[in-house]
Amino acid sequence: MSSTSTGLPNLDPWLAYTVRIAAVTHEIDDVSTYHLKFTDQAVADTFSFQPGQFNMLYLPGVGEAAISISSDPAKHAMLDHTVRIAGNVTRTLANLEVGATFGLRGPFGSAWPVDACCDRDVIIVTGGIGLAPLRPAIYELLNRASEFGQLTLLYGARESAGLLYTGEFDEWRSRGLDIHTTVDRASGGWTGNVGVVPQLLDRLPLNDPQNTTVLCCGPEVMMWYTARSALGRGIPQERVYVSLERNMNCAIGLCGHCQFGPTFVCKDGPVVRYDCVADFLRVEGF
Amino acid sequence: MTTEYFLPKAALQSLIDCLHGDGFTVVGPTVEQSAIIYDEIESVDALPRGWTDRQEAAKYRLERRDDDSLFGFVVGPHSWKKYLFPPLTTLSSAQQSESGWQMQTPEADARKLAFLGVRACELAAIGIQDRVFTGGPYVDPVYNARRKNAFIIAVNCTQSASTCFCRSMNTGPRCSSGFDLALTELPDGFVIEVGSDAGTELLGRLATESVTAEQLEAAEQARQQAIDQQTKQLNTDSIRDLLLGNLDHPRWAEVGAICLGCTNCTMVCPTCFCSSVEDVADLSGENVERQRHWDSCFNLSFSYMSHGTARNTIAHRYRQWLTHKLASWHDQFDSSGCVGCGRCITWCPVGIDLTEEVATIRGNEAFCDLGTENEE
Repeated sequence: MSSTSTGLPNLDPWLAYTVRIAAVTHEIDDVSTYHLKFTDQAVADTFSFQPGQFNMLYLPGVGEAAISISSDPAKHAMLDHTVRIAGNVTRTLANLEVGATFGLRGPFGSAWPVDACCDRDVIIVTGGIGLAPLRPAIYELLNRASEFGQLTLLYGARESAGLLYTGEFDEWRSRGLDIHTTVDRASGGWTGNVGVVPQLLDRLPLNDPQNTTVLCCGPEVMMWYTARSALGRGIPQERVYVSLERNMNCAIGLCGHCQFGPTFVCKDGPVVRYDCVADFLRVEGF
Repeated sequence: MTTEYFLPKAALQSLIDCLHGDGFTVVGPTVEQSAIIYDEIESVDALPRGWTDRQEAAKYRLERRDDDSLFGFVVGPHSWKKYLFPPLTTLSSAQQSESGWQMQTPEADARKLAFLGVRACELAAIGIQDRVFTGGPYVDPVYNARRKNAFIIAVNCTQSASTCFCRSMNTGPRCSSGFDLALTELPDGFVIEVGSDAGTELLGRLATESVTAEQLEAAEQARQQAIDQQTKQLNTDSIRDLLLGNLDHPRWAEVGAICLGCTNCTMVCPTCFCSSVEDVADLSGENVERQRHWDSCFNLSFSYMSHGTARNTIAHRYRQWLTHKLASWHDQFDSSGCVGCGRCITWCPVGIDLTEEVATIRGNEAFCDLGTENEE
């Protein structure tokens, strides 16, 4: 007998659940957040994820794309994915309307080490769409703010129009997140910081570097500079975490595409401790 | 101590017949297009009786033997992975309905495969792919279904090709585990060892004879010949750290300038498992299959990302293949990814020999003549 996507758990890692687009939020140019609901209530009731994990979004006839989950892990009504148009799958997704269905496999991959941040200061360092995989971590940190020390977001973009989720910043600040933004190029009346994100870390006052955790997502060169800055400020390298990106085809460690040295980014990552990949981050063509 | 028996050559067909009777599809070596490949066989007449293979870097030739050996050769371009990890498989399907897309898994593959003639290096390769496809957090249902039904009849090598280096990889030439039955061919029959309960059960239905001391001695001598003939070596001392510590070695650019990026090495490798999944739709676009096909880290598109390709040059991709196979595989699966079968050397159209590449990076130029050949 063949089986369908009804019923739990999904023992076949190749089988996608059906999801329906419940709403779409336009974020910035070419970037929208898709609010998804499972069509099978049994799946909706049991699906859970950790901050930093991703799903494979499957557009039948087109293919799959690995997209990090960007909603609050404590809220189960809707599953959000913030997606930039970059290829065939994401372009097809952008053309779908509310009510359309497609497939979803997941959640996959490792998570930001939120529990390990207890009683420590946390600095989130990211740029552009890199904030999307960190938003669930921000939600969870703020939901449990009393368990952590100072929470800081250092966020940059090429220009101010590339900053995501700015409509939520006031609420995040009111709940205890210290937010610093920067842009590569000032435009449109921008009066804030100009420069790359690691420079924000260079200048950030630190209470207790030995007990500070850095969560970083961005281009490999940006993560390398961020880690170098963090280490230079006395933050231990085992408290610096980065989120890697590679071509992910299967998401379950079987297809070989996403290898980064010994790391299968899909199952050992995307979130890894910096010192586990430090030797490879600056190797060209690796 | 394993119990050994003697199976007269005339009784080998009864082994195939028993497997057919049990519902197995029997796959074994056979000659096709001037090579010994693996295909479905009905009788012993399909086996490469009286043929042997002569192999060296970029060269494979069949030659007539002066006897009627059925397994008097080494390994060809095929490996058993084409049966356990099929080159093309449907993983799931999707149908558009009034309530939206519905996804389904295909019918489970219930086919029972019996492999006749699995060499020691290939047993090791199957063990490695077992760990890749069934040893992690996610089990591949296609591989798993075929693997758990497979019946394995190993054959001990009685000769080595110039490309063989299983002794360096500790995978052969002696078949020591991972089989149901194991044969050592003698002129008039096979000394046969049992490796599982299923093997014992099958053997009980065959016209075996008790084995004589002379037959055991002859089998030992035949197996020793494979050891004595093997000359190629790969020094595996600290090989993981050697390769991952030399990612900027100039040799990568040199081998990258010779390598064609043709993917032959990865296609013939019995452990390479890279694949890609693509959608195949009917004309209506409402019935779609997810199909997995073998892919290769030598293909440019393999490391494609929306903002660029991770490994842009052939040198990058050769480095990825070799460092994965011999180095990071240890981190991932607790063993080397290489079993020393030599296929990648034989079937490389320009004769790149990974043992020479490692020796060069190790600084042992004695093993390396490829570089000097290509100097102006």
